[in-house]
Amino acid sequence: MNPDKSTLTFEQDPLAIAYPESREFWVAAEMGNLLLKTCDECGRAHWYPRTLCPLCGSERTQWKVGSGTGTIYAFSRSRRMDPPCTLAYVTLSEGPMLMTHIVDARAEDLKIGQAVSVQFRPTAEGRAMPFFSTV
Amino acid sequence: MSTQKHAHVAGIFEHPTRFAPDKSVPQLHAECAVGALRDAGLSLSDVDGYFCAGDAPGGGPLWMADYLNLKVRWLDGTEAGGCSYLAHIQHAAVAIAAGRCSIALITLAGKPRSSGMATGTMPQTAGSDRPEAPWTSTYRWSIAGIYGMCAQRHMHQYGTTLEQMAWVKVSASHHAQYNTRALLRKLLTIDDVMDSPVISDPIRRLDCCVITDGGGALVLTTPEIARSLSRPFVRVIGAGQTIYTNDGGYCDLTRTGAERSGAAAFREAGIMPSDIDYASIYDNFTIAVIMQLEDLGFCEKGRGGAFVADGNLISGVGKLPWNTDGGGLCNNHPMNRGGITKAIEAVRQLRGEAHPAVQVKNCRLALASGPGLVTGGGHAHASVIFERN
Repeated sequence: MNPDKSTLTFEQDPLAIAYPESREFWVAAEMGNLLLKTCDECGRAHWYPRTLCPLCGSERTQWKVGSGTGTIYAFSRSRRMDPPCTLAYVTLSEGPMLMTHIVDARAEDLKIGQAVSVQFRPTAEGRAMPFFSTV
Repeated sequence: MSTQKHAHVAGIFEHPTRFAPDKSVPQLHAECAVGALRDAGLSLSDVDGYFCAGDAPGGGPLWMADYLNLKVRWLDGTEAGGCSYLAHIQHAAVAIAAGRCSIALITLAGKPRSSGMATGTMPQTAGSDRPEAPWTSTYRWSIAGIYGMCAQRHMHQYGTTLEQMAWVKVSASHHAQYNTRALLRKLLTIDDVMDSPVISDPIRRLDCCVITDGGGALVLTTPEIARSLSRPFVRVIGAGQTIYTNDGGYCDLTRTGAERSGAAAFREAGIMPSDIDYASIYDNFTIAVIMQLEDLGFCEKGRGGAFVADGNLISGVGKLPWNTDGGGLCNNHPMNRGGITKAIEAVRQLRGEAHPAVQVKNCRLALASGPGLVTGGGHAHASVIFERN
């Protein structure tokens, strides 16, 4: 997460570089911004990001900076994971739902519908990914 | 093209093993193929159409067809997870109706049990070439984790309870107690399920299916050839398949592709859910059965929990005899793919070959239905309706 570096961290990540059309997303992620692909024709944001709008078929999509806020749609404490984690789907304020983890909270304190906001964390592979915590 | 009246199920075989460290995957496929052909009264040299999915070694149908040395004129390697084999039945029926093959062989085999695969709880990294992988692989999602969210959401929206989910497992165990091959034969109580350890909230250990080695096979053929064989007449009268995925980020975790695959199968068969005498419904998790019963139209959306309670799925007790072999929850879930065993038990019921303790009297219409891959994480779904005549 060092914008002064000549090479961005995600550029070492095999999964990130396998999707060159998503470069803008990973650059913004390292700056802490959640970009959403949004369609110029139907006006809707979708997830996961694609150049082709999956909602209307248009090829006229562009990245827009999302609010980074949403609500918990569902969550499950994966107790057999090492370390355990709270897998979740979050419905973003812009509409689409994404898979994530809820962090910095005990699963027993969480509720469906609760407000959450994004924070980016570096992954072992190099790209920064969106995680959510309660507000 | 309608599949109606053209495709008959001539042969079925469920491999008896549940643990096969001494056999390769191709060997298991071969034993299943020969078993189903023997059941039909046919041999490998009769096969002119071969169907398999991602479990077949070598990627695609070529290498198992080579292993069996089949002389085929139709190949299909459609990979749709655990429901692939139900989709293959539809594909075989269409190919038979079109005259493209006359004796179609479908096989499944694998050995996750002897390989020590922790199927439900391990992080799913296998699909790393799937297009959403950059945005999901970090989260170490497991199959149990996704179904946990499906269950939690269903409970939230419809008031479904853990006890209702437990009824699904208890019902399966009522049937499995008669199946000497079943991996889990113990008759379970609601308390047994409720008290089993949580895997991924709110999914408990006994909400999950078993993990088994083994496989199965089916042989489909023309009405003319079926009449020349000595097996009871069981024909495909309706089928449907679809996908239900992330939907651009707007999916509903409480719903499944059964809405579309079931509706297509019932429409083609010209019957209603209430006409079904026996149903095989894919049961990798208890909540999956509840969601599919609703989506197939056996009850209103959201009423699946009430529908499965009090033994309504137990043969001889409830209104809808279901998974009378013990299903994936108790009997067998070869290669973590339950589609083929669903079709096999449906055919057994229609032939009158189910265990006498669970055999449905005068069973004439049966459904086999299920998802492939992970409901709530993007899945395929297929349904087939069979008729005894």
